[in-house]
Amino acid sequence: MRHLIPLIIFAVLVVFLGVGLNLNPREVPSPLVGRPAPQFHLKELHHPDRLFGPADLKGKVWILNVWASWCAACRTEHPILNAWSRNPDLILIGLNYKDNPVDGLRWLQALGDPYTRSVVDNNGRVGLDWGVYGVPESFVVDKKGIIRHKTIGPVSMDDVKTVLMPLIVQLEGESV
Amino acid sequence: MRITIAVVMMLACVMNVSAKVEMLSFTVPENEARYKKLTAELRCMVCQNQNIASSNADLAKDLRQQVYTHIKKGQSDEEIIAFMVARYGEFVLYRPRLNARTALLWLGPFVLLVGGMFLMIRLMRRTRDGDAPISEGSMNRARDLLKKNSKTP
Repeated sequence: MRHLIPLIIFAVLVVFLGVGLNLNPREVPSPLVGRPAPQFHLKELHHPDRLFGPADLKGKVWILNVWASWCAACRTEHPILNAWSRNPDLILIGLNYKDNPVDGLRWLQALGDPYTRSVVDNNGRVGLDWGVYGVPESFVVDKKGIIRHKTIGPVSMDDVKTVLMPLIVQLEGESV
Repeated sequence: MRITIAVVMMLACVMNVSAKVEMLSFTVPENEARYKKLTAELRCMVCQNQNIASSNADLAKDLRQQVYTHIKKGQSDEEIIAFMVARYGEFVLYRPRLNARTALLWLGPFVLLVGGMFLMIRLMRRTRDGDAPISEGSMNRARDLLKKNSKTP
């Protein structure tokens, strides 16, 4: 019994360290989940004379995807967004973050445009309000305009199927 | 000659670093101190083991700028910290605030210290009380062994 105690302490330590090692330190829970989506009025990438913001999507479930042409992980994510956007009901808003709009447009022309609309956040001020720190990031906003989920880093097809689509279906069922 | 080159190269490095720092002007020295304190206490979310004062990441630069403009606008330290926490969560604070979720983090070491001291005192007491009388049989055996030992040189 006496010799069991150190062994038990050791086992507990191993479990704690093991769990700690398997956590992703880059995934910091966002304080914005469960809170109203920060408002913005930004120029559209394709139509700089038009402004667009979350207020225009009130009563709808939508996704905000933060991306940039300088972001390597966004390139990995892009084909998945393209495939996902074949779903006609999906409202996917692209936030072109700290990017040159010309580069952003060129990127979409070359790789395909999955976005329902794209807006330009040139100086990153809107990204700051949304707590963006690692592009790409994707937010799910519900009908009331509340952020319900945030994915940090590139979205995988697995995420779309197992996390994002079930959540969207659930949120579609909620009343405004 | 070699030393001169090394010195020149070292100076070049230093100059390069200082060139990256933004020029900020404070009219009140107290505000500059607040700026330095705040940027030292806020974590850079991109390079997680640096504060925003020492990080060259783009986001850290933006956040430094935010701290600067908020100070210029006359906001208090608490307001600036609340602004950052609302966006990035408690994780931006190098010194997390004491609340129900961080209680273990703050109080855990003290609990361990007190627990450890308690255990140590108990163990020490036990060894002191451990001078229990030895049975006659054991004493005889010890005597025999000692005798045997003294016979062989």
